[in-house]
Order: sequence, then C-alpha cells, then structure tokens
Amino acid sequence: MMTAMQRVLTAMGQQEPDRVPLFLFPTMHGAKELGLSIREYFSRAEYVVEGQIRLLAKYRGDCLSAFYYASLEVEAFGGDTLFFDNGPPNAGEPIIRHDEDIDYLEPPRVMEAAGLVRGLETIRGLKERVGDTVPIIGVAISPFSLPVMQMGFDRYIELIYEQPVRFARLMAVNQTFCLEWANAQMAAGATAICYFDPLSSTTNIPRELYLKTGHRVAVETLRQIQGPAATHLASGRGLGIVDDLLATGTAAVGVSALEDLADWKAAARNRFTLIGNLNGVEMRRWTAAQAESEVKTAIAKAGRGGGFILSDNHGEIPWQVPDDVLLAIRDALDRWGRYPLDWLE
Amino acid sequence: MDKLALEFYEALALLDRPRVEALFQQAISQKVPMQVVEELITPLLIRLGDEWSAGKIALSQIYMASRICEDIVERVLPAMAVERKAYPPMAIVVLNDYHTLGKRIVLSVMQASGFDVLDYGRMDVDALVGRILADGVKYLLVSVLMLPAALKVKTLRAALDARGAQVRIVVGGAPFLFDSELWREVGADAMGCNAADAVTIVQRWREEAA
Ligand code: B12
Repeated sequence: MMTAMQRVLTAMGQQEPDRVPLFLFPTMHGAKELGLSIREYFSRAEYVVEGQIRLLAKYRGDCLSAFYYASLEVEAFGGDTLFFDNGPPNAGEPIIRHDEDIDYLEPPRVMEAAGLVRGLETIRGLKERVGDTVPIIGVAISPFSLPVMQMGFDRYIELIYEQPVRFARLMAVNQTFCLEWANAQMAAGATAICYFDPLSSTTNIPRELYLKTGHRVAVETLRQIQGPAATHLASGRGLGIVDDLLATGTAAVGVSALEDLADWKAAARNRFTLIGNLNGVEMRRWTAAQAESEVKTAIAKAGRGGGFILSDNHGEIPWQVPDDVLLAIRDALDRWGRYPLDWLE
Repeated sequence: MDKLALEFYEALALLDRPRVEALFQQAISQKVPMQVVEELITPLLIRLGDEWSAGKIALSQIYMASRICEDIVERVLPAMAVERKAYPPMAIVVLNDYHTLGKRIVLSVMQASGFDVLDYGRMDVDALVGRILADGVKYLLVSVLMLPAALKVKTLRAALDARGAQVRIVVGGAPFLFDSELWREVGADAMGCNAADAVTIVQRWREEAA
C-alpha cells in the first residue's frame, strides 16, 4: 500500500496511484474532537496538531492542514478576529481605514505575530508526528486577495479601478509579507503551500483586469515560494482563466462546484492537478447515498490518468457538516476510487 | 430607446462614467425620470445580474456599474422623492455577518431602480425584529455571506412569527447560491441569485398583492 505522500505525489505527477487521493479540510472539526470551543481550539498549536492527527485517523484523508482561518494573517497586521461558536472566525474592522493608510503600511514580521508563530509550531508538531508519510499543507492568502479583509471589499474594488499607484504599493507590502509567511511554513516542514486567491476568479474580476493585477502578482509570488504551490479560488469560477493560472507556475487548482469537473479535466490536459469539487455548503444535508453519488461523479469526470485529488470546493468543510457525511465520502472513495478505474469502461 | 439602451449597456459594461452620464441626460430630455429608470436602467441592471449569474461578467463590474447607476438616478430622483415608487415599507439588513458588499450592491440596484429601501446595516435577530415592527416593514431583504448567518434566518422567521409580524423575507448571498434548497429550509419567502433579482422579486410580490 502507498503512503498518503506517495499517493499524492503520484497523482500530481499525472500518474495513477493505488486510489484517488482525498484532501479533506475539516479545519474546525478538531475542536469537536477535543471538546473545545472553536476559539479555544485555535488558541494553542498543540490543540490543532492533536485535532488534525485525530481527524486524519478518523476520516483517513491524504493530507494534514495547518490552516487556522484567513483572518490570522490580518491579525499580523494589527487586525482583530471575531470568533463564533458555530462557524469560522472572521476578520473584524478593516485595518486600512483610509486609502492614505496604504502609503504608510509596512509588512509585519512573521516571528512577531503570535498567530503566525502558532501556525508554524503547528506545522512542526505535525511533521514530528507524520514525518514524510503524509503531506502537510500550509496556507497563504494571496497578496491580491488579502486586501478584502484589510480594507473591505467595496473600497478595495474601487482602489483597483481608481488608484493604480496605491494599489501597486499595497501589493508590494502584501507580497513581502506573503513570501515571508509562505517560506517560513515551508521551512517549518510544510510540503506545499495552498495559495488562496479567490479574487482572481472570474466570479470576482474580469480576465482583462486579472491579467494586469492578480495574475502578475501570482506569477511573481509563486516564483519565489520555495516549494510547490496549489492555487485555490475558494469556489470562485476559473474555467475562463485556465491557461493563465497554469502560467503562474501553479501545480494544482481548486475547482468550484459551480463548474463542471469534466470541462476542467479537458482544459487541464494533465498539465496540472485538479482539486475538488464537492459542494461543502450543500454537504451539510447529504445522505450517504448522495455522498456516494457525488464522489462517484467527480471521479468519473476527473479521475482518469491521475492529476486529480478529491476534495471539497472551498478548502474547508463547514462546521455544520456531520461526521456521517464525511465518513460516507471516505467509504465511497474506497468503493469507487481504486485505480485502475475499471468501472468507468 | 433600443439604440440608446445598447449604447448605455456598452458604456456601463466599460464603466465609462462620462458616457453613461451623457446618455442618461439624453434619455431624460425625452422622458420623465421614472420612465427612464423603468425602461432603461432597471432592464440593464437585470441583464448585468443575469450575466453575473451565468459567469459571464464579474462582481467588480456589477459593483462599479450599480454604483454609477445609483449616482445618476439619485441626482434626478433623490431618496424619498414623491416620484419614486410607492411600495410597502422595505428594509435591507446584513444578519449576524460582517460582510456588507452584497447589501451595498443590492441597495444600489434598488435605489437606481427607483425604490426606497431602509438600510439597517448589520444587526442581530432581536434588535432587528424590534426595528421591523417599529417601522412597519413589509418586505425584508437579507444579505449573508457565511453559512451560520444564513441559518440564522430561521431564528429570525420564528421570532417574527412569534410577534405575529406579516413580513416577507427575500434572502441572498453566497451560501444560498451553493445550496439551492437553503432558502426554503430557513423559512424565507424567496431567494435572489443576484442583486437585480431583488427588483424582480419585490415587483412580483407587489403584483400578487394587487
Ligand atoms: C472572495 C472570497 C474570499 C476572500 C474575501 C472574503 C470576504 N468577502 O471577506 C478571502 C480569501 C479573504 C476569503 C476568506 C474567507 N472565506 Co471566502 N469566499 C470568497 C468568495 C469566492 C466570494 C465572496 C464574496 O465576498 N463575494 C462577494 C459577495 C457580494 O457575493 P455574494 O454574496 O454572492 O453576493 C451576490 C449575490 O449572491 C447577491 N446577493 C447578496 N446578498 C443578497 C441579498 C439579496 C436580498 C439578494 C436578492 C441578492 C443578494 O448579490 C451579490 C452580487 O450579485 C466565496 C465563494 C463564492 N464563490 O462566492 C467564498 C466564501 C464566501 N468564503 C467562505 C468562507 C467560509 C471564508 C472564511 C471564513 C474561511 C476561513 N475559515 O477563514 C474566510 C472569511 C474571511 C473574512 N472576512 O474573515 C464561504 C462561506 C460559506 C461557509 N462555508 O460558511 C464561501 C461561500 C465559500 C464556500 N463555497 O463555502 N474568502
């Protein structure tokens, strides 16, 4: 039997491993396992390490995730995080209150941000437990998507359209930060970085503008990340920018449930790996039979020839998704995900 | 109006504000403002909304275009102007969530279409119910981004029912787009797939009531 690492590397090398790999990202479910509130759970690296290890055993996925929540990076810039009992933490008030604040913004240092240090400890703790047998996924929000939390979505859109100079300065600051953060995660033992960049999705900005903005930022940033990167559009659409994404040097792309995996498979032509695209929001009320049929459909569309990792379409399983559904997904994978996929003929 | 509508659409899609303003001036020199809103602006906002839903245009374009329309319409039809649409009191709110862009866009589209909508900002259920009763709101527009916030609509509906408030609720936002059954589950009366759906839905309710 292959280790999770061998399975994932084989799939990413566009070959068929023993079965389709599964990237399950239950970021908050560890709190349930440990009987902690979501806030407590994220307060110590040991908790997240223990939670991730228990979930790996329970759902038998093929990766570990060191992701806390997106707002962790905003905390590094001096922002607040709001915690909830039944869902993911969110960023509080924007740290960039006036556009002029951008002129004075400096990139925070990773080692001076308590939350990021916890993130790095988490990666080191996970690495101690699994060595090279299971991939550990680090996460960095792209310099281009981070400002939505730093300054609010509406003002950020206006900035992109109306203030190119300030926009460029913000990108430079965020890029310095993003690179330090991503590379520190690699140094701590991460196997790859998931580059969260939903703003680049055609759901959010048109391709022509993307090519002048998020695309340039991604090309420059990914080139300097010292390890493989997977781009996640966080369930935003991306079929209209497949080749552009590939040109950023990304090794994999997270696919939205709003798009057809078969179209992505055809467009990817085994040049990069597809991660997706189970609908996490809908998953909350799936029956076991539905879970099986969704898994089967995804594999039928994208499994052939490797280059496919089964996952949800956002990179995070909502708190409300019951264990039974996640276990049903895993069972279905045993049934339908073994290579060769003879049942497809 | 057809040629004008096409030019207007193109100018709006390019976010060419001066051109949009010039075309709007041309239109109101020929017809009363409300007629221009109904025949020109609203259909275009609906078209842009549909194109976003179909994945053909992006949210940034929707946001910028709806802000431009809101600006030009407000200049000739200020909020609460007598010429604006006489509708049962309406309000929009972001429920237990910290994401306000969806609300901002829906408001712009509604204002640009000649509707007056009370902006309640961000609220939780208890405060919201009090406010709805005090203002006699009949149509409530709710925008959410996070799943827990979407599920909160259920609590809102129960609280309104407990007070005997006859309020119709239209919900919108990403969680509802990803689970097409969610709006029914939480007890909403309708769900909008994009901001312009708010216009069509309240118009439909109004016709049903007539
Ligand atoms: C871009 C994005 C990000 C960016 C920016 C997010 C932000 N706004 O702060 C980043 C990378 C930072 C991010 C982070 C997170 N994200 Co995010 N993200 C997205 C994405 C791609 C778009 C979100 C967005 O803001 N869109 C703009 C709004 C305006 O769009 P909209 O809500 O669809 O609104 C339109 C229509 O629905 C309609 N509409 C809206 N309201 C109303 C109301 C009425 C009455 C009507 C008629 C219509 C209407 O009109 C609008 C315009 O057409 C979505 C997925 C997607 N494909 O949409 C996920 C999504 C919103 N993210 C999600 C989550 C969970 C998160 C995080 C909590 C993850 C984490 N654990 O940290 C963080 C939270 C960030 C924060 N603020 O603290 C989930 C939320 C659902 C859930 N699972 O609970 C989503 C839906 C992904 C998913 N499929 O699960 N994200």
